[in-house]
Amino acid sequence: MNIPSLSIASLKEKVENFSVKSLLLPLFGILAFVLLWQVGASRVHTSLGEFPGPVVVYEQWNSLVAEHTNERIKEDKFYERQEKRIAARQAKDPSYVGKLRDYTGKPTFFDQIFTSLYTVLAGFGLASLIAIPLGILIGLNSSVYSALNPVIQVFKPVSPLAWLPLVTMVVSASYVSDDPMFSKSFLTSMFTVTLCCMWPTLINTAVGVAAVEKDLLNVSKVLRLGWVTHVMKIVIPSAIPLMFTGLRLSLGIAWMVLIAAEMLAQNPGLGKFVWDEFQNGSSNSLGRIMVAVLMIGFIGFLLDRAMLMIQRYVSWDKTQVLR
Amino acid sequence: MPTHLDISKVSIEFPTAKGSFKALDSVSLKIEKGEFVSLIGHSGCGKSTVLNIVAGLYDATEGGILLDGKEVKGPGPERAVVFQNHSLLPWLTSYQNVELAVKQVFKKTKSKKEMHDWIMHNLELVHMTHAADKRPDEISGGMKQRVGIARALAMEPSVLLMDEPFGALDALTRAHLQDSLMEIQKDLNNTVIMITHDVDEAVLLSDRIVMMTNGPEATIGEILSVDLERPRDRLALANDPKYVDYRAQVLTFLYEKQRKVEPIVAVKEAKPTENNKVANA
Repeated sequence: MNIPSLSIASLKEKVENFSVKSLLLPLFGILAFVLLWQVGASRVHTSLGEFPGPVVVYEQWNSLVAEHTNERIKEDKFYERQEKRIAARQAKDPSYVGKLRDYTGKPTFFDQIFTSLYTVLAGFGLASLIAIPLGILIGLNSSVYSALNPVIQVFKPVSPLAWLPLVTMVVSASYVSDDPMFSKSFLTSMFTVTLCCMWPTLINTAVGVAAVEKDLLNVSKVLRLGWVTHVMKIVIPSAIPLMFTGLRLSLGIAWMVLIAAEMLAQNPGLGKFVWDEFQNGSSNSLGRIMVAVLMIGFIGFLLDRAMLMIQRYVSWDKTQVLR
Repeated sequence: MPTHLDISKVSIEFPTAKGSFKALDSVSLKIEKGEFVSLIGHSGCGKSTVLNIVAGLYDATEGGILLDGKEVKGPGPERAVVFQNHSLLPWLTSYQNVELAVKQVFKKTKSKKEMHDWIMHNLELVHMTHAADKRPDEISGGMKQRVGIARALAMEPSVLLMDEPFGALDALTRAHLQDSLMEIQKDLNNTVIMITHDVDEAVLLSDRIVMMTNGPEATIGEILSVDLERPRDRLALANDPKYVDYRAQVLTFLYEKQRKVEPIVAVKEAKPTENNKVANA
């Protein structure tokens, strides 16, 4: 093979630049952090022992994975036993209709992650469904804006902890059903998330909609576009960048709020896991809480990346630098 | 028969913090069908305001506009505007930008196929079929302006309003587009009002040049009829004594009679109040 040496050199340079910036430096940052963490952790003593360092956290991570696998095996066996029992009864008495009972084992760390994830997505989804249309309305109409602005400004800074008792009481009072589709704890967490995270999307959408370029508005006027076409073809596309800024802020808030709400309300999820471990107070607890902390951060990061990917996909301006 | 476009004693006042500001005072102009009229004047003299009033984007405080005997109220596609900075929707391709206009105007009268042909025909007029599927950020400034012109032409307007259509382009591209515009004008014979502050452009393209006095209370200073054979060729005209004379007349008006002495504190052109609301995030 005879490849010109020049292109090899330039390629090599590119690869090096790429890997230094995107791989080596972040790796260095993480390494430095882990080192500092290890050194720092061993100097902090609590009533539950030393503050967990990276090694302890890694061990706890492994034990959480093992617990999860064991739990799944137990669950499978539980259902297997039930099925065998029912089959045996049916062999004796063909008219017997067996009923499968749900497994009632303790939710593992990973079950809690899953619960938190769909709760946050449901809450965030509901918030977006409310905030985007309302934001468009507010942005288009200055009278609506003037009317709603005081309400928005007052509710925006309210902490989830203040909402939670009210939401809990309202949900338990109004959601009464013998065969509930959703559990009350899910609804409480979800509504709390919705109430707290809708504001950035609402405000940014409104600002984006109100800031449509004047020339484009003139184009719309000259064409005499109808209201729906005007909104769909001109207003929404130009508001998309700010809308997504709002959505990303909202999703970040949603995730933080959810963990706090779960902790306070003892609703299933990662927040409850942290609280349970804290109450448990074993020598493993701090390490496990630290695993949860890192996991919460990592999932938050992934959620934001996912939003960014959606923004890239939806955005018309592919040259825009998104970070 | 009434005049095609009758701008009748139009005045406009804008409310400002220091009381009302009279930008235009009693502007009257009659334009025949197929006529190409340029408005020229120093910046801030209210040229654009006249155009915006004809477009229906501003309402005249006094006087009014009659188009084929009917009073103009609000903007509409029969008075299509080519904006100074193209104003294409950046999220739509050239084709879709023209399509938006065509769908709006011919929704009821043309079939899908006819609309498609009409869009392509108009892109063809401005020689932009090759970039039909490109978005504005993928084509050059001159090309964007071409698509903007195609969009305006596609509305089949009674009057085509052009607000310094070539102002933001480099000299070569501008000359090229001026030639294209003359060619299109020869075929379609549109009524055009164009704003410019380029003397050569005004003389080359216009049947009449309307020269405006400086604001405030700007009005029409002089009107110059340009009696040059069409098609006009910029190279041949460069030494034509008539062309040179017309040019000199416009220059005299602009730089002797209406010499603009810039005030030390620039007086900002007052705009109608907008609700510039900024919701604090």
